[in-house]
Amino acid sequence: MIVLSGAVLVVAALSLSVGSYSVAVPDLLRTLAGQGTGAENFIVLTLRLPRLVLALLTGVAFALSGALFQTVLRNPLASPDIVGVTGGASAAAVLGMLVLGFGSLATAFAAFGGAILVATVIYLLAWRGRGGGTGGVAGYRFVLIGVGIAFMVQGLLGYLLSRAELRDAQDALTWLVGSVSGAAWPEIAVVAVGLAVLLPIVWMLAPRLRALQLGDDLATSLGVGAERNRLGLLIVAVALAALGTAMVGPLAFVAFVSAPIARRLVGTGGLSLVPSALVGALIVSAADFASQHLLPGGLQLPAGVVTGAIGAPYLLWLLATGAAGGSGAGSTRGIPRDSTEGTR
Amino acid sequence: MTQPEPHAPDPQTAVPAFVGPAAAEPGDRTHHELRTVALGLGYDGVPIVTDLDLEIAVGRITVIVGANASGKSTLLRGLARLLTPQTGVVLLDGTDIATIPGKRVATVLGLLPQQPLAPEGITVGELVGRGRHPHQGWFRGTTAADDAIVADALVRTGTLDLAARRLEELSGGQRQRVWIAMALAQDTDILLLDEPTSFLDVAHQIEVLDLLLELNRTRGTTIVMVLHDLNLAARYADEMLVMRSGGIIAAGPPADTLTVDVVRSAFGLDALVIPDPVCGSPLVVPIGRFHPAPTAASAILGKANLI
Repeated sequence: MIVLSGAVLVVAALSLSVGSYSVAVPDLLRTLAGQGTGAENFIVLTLRLPRLVLALLTGVAFALSGALFQTVLRNPLASPDIVGVTGGASAAAVLGMLVLGFGSLATAFAAFGGAILVATVIYLLAWRGRGGGTGGVAGYRFVLIGVGIAFMVQGLLGYLLSRAELRDAQDALTWLVGSVSGAAWPEIAVVAVGLAVLLPIVWMLAPRLRALQLGDDLATSLGVGAERNRLGLLIVAVALAALGTAMVGPLAFVAFVSAPIARRLVGTGGLSLVPSALVGALIVSAADFASQHLLPGGLQLPAGVVTGAIGAPYLLWLLATGAAGGSGAGSTRGIPRDSTEGTR
Repeated sequence: MTQPEPHAPDPQTAVPAFVGPAAAEPGDRTHHELRTVALGLGYDGVPIVTDLDLEIAVGRITVIVGANASGKSTLLRGLARLLTPQTGVVLLDGTDIATIPGKRVATVLGLLPQQPLAPEGITVGELVGRGRHPHQGWFRGTTAADDAIVADALVRTGTLDLAARRLEELSGGQRQRVWIAMALAQDTDILLLDEPTSFLDVAHQIEVLDLLLELNRTRGTTIVMVLHDLNLAARYADEMLVMRSGGIIAAGPPADTLTVDVVRSAFGLDALVIPDPVCGSPLVVPIGRFHPAPTAASAILGKANLI
């Protein structure tokens, strides 16, 4: 946890200071305190800070959304980018941009609505009455239907892109990869307000999530009505993913890998929500930094390219090296065991 | 609150007087009663348990036995309000359990499912602590009293030394004791268990059942469990319920309930029933096609079925 927080701080400092105009750390602190020179103020506060803040906030939103999805549905594949929730946001956004000629604000709203719509459709299709009045949604069913929906949404996207003018299609593609480069304070304010509403709800629902981790029967026995709470938690998770996607596009893999990485680093059977959020913030900010500065030839890529390119291999590496406990001691087993996967 | 008679004269099963540190002031435990009226349960509209009137003996151990698919687990799930009745009601202290808020029920009635799920990497202490959920509010986290009750549950189940270990590192018997510790931490007056001894070897089965008997005798906890092993059921039960196709065909103390006729009717199996040499409870010795008992079996079967 401390290491994670430290890593986030380091990346934040690097993002703010490194660039074609470098700002030394003391100057950086002075600038942040409002004592900078005109040039420093412009570079740090106007150009770099919004980008960093947006990266951190959306990283938190994506990571928590993925953590909630995966825990509630007890399936590591259940994350908004795999089950088509962010895909729904993308399709709606691209539809708005290409067909309806939306500007960036309207596009954000379209993306938000698309995510909610797709999630609702998946939930309704996955819902099954079970006679005794205890109907509900099984995790694996939700994931299978979600993956199916994700493909449908991809098809729609492909259709929209292939019909569009080349220039419009390129704009849409840039949005689809996901980037924090267009960061501006009004967008940041929207994300911040959204998180200010959603994070306390996550915090209040966390004990119920812990009960749900033990299976529906035991959760009910502990006084946590399984289906009602699952629905509530999914709504929060979808809202988080929709918020993030609306602001920066579907950053690949952040929601999918953040929680597993955090759990392997921290290594408890708890929810690891805070570590997940930190990992998400770290991935997006580091990816944005890498996309700006670390590529050869000064080539600048959208952050979404990098999140996919570094997030997925890192998770594979963690799984392969079997740091199941993360603590180093603890488990002697080579392969991490996933007892949460069981669907009864 | 009357303590039931000691279960068996054998000193080995005599239970040590156990006083938990902070868990329960004896005077402050009220006894709750669970009963069903014309209860019908089933899945997808298919009835499994039908028209069942049942009163669970307060402060006693009730064991449900029966063939596969006779409705044992369904009944248990119905009692634990995991299934909504198709007909009739489950009454907790005279009130329809479906109308009582879930969290309130959870302070009185606990259930240990047959295969509970554990999050990957969870430690024993953390898992047992989750049993305190019904006693915690929106803004009230874990208190010192919660910690004391969790510690008591760990001590009672002999899992205190395991508290920092990960659940997946433990043996099956240890794991089952941890789950029971979690149920103890929930601190309910009624405890329902679905086959708590399945997948355990015989020594661990006895260990788990002894633990439950001790819980019942020292705290007066009402225990209802489904067991497959008829002989262990007969030894540990105060009351037995024998089920067949969704109904109860025999109920009462094991000595009156577990007879040759009942075993044949419930399981379609011919058997001898003799007194258990350890504690005198009925001991069911199945006969089968190839092993006729030398004396009594031929009388029971009415024909010689020799190999």
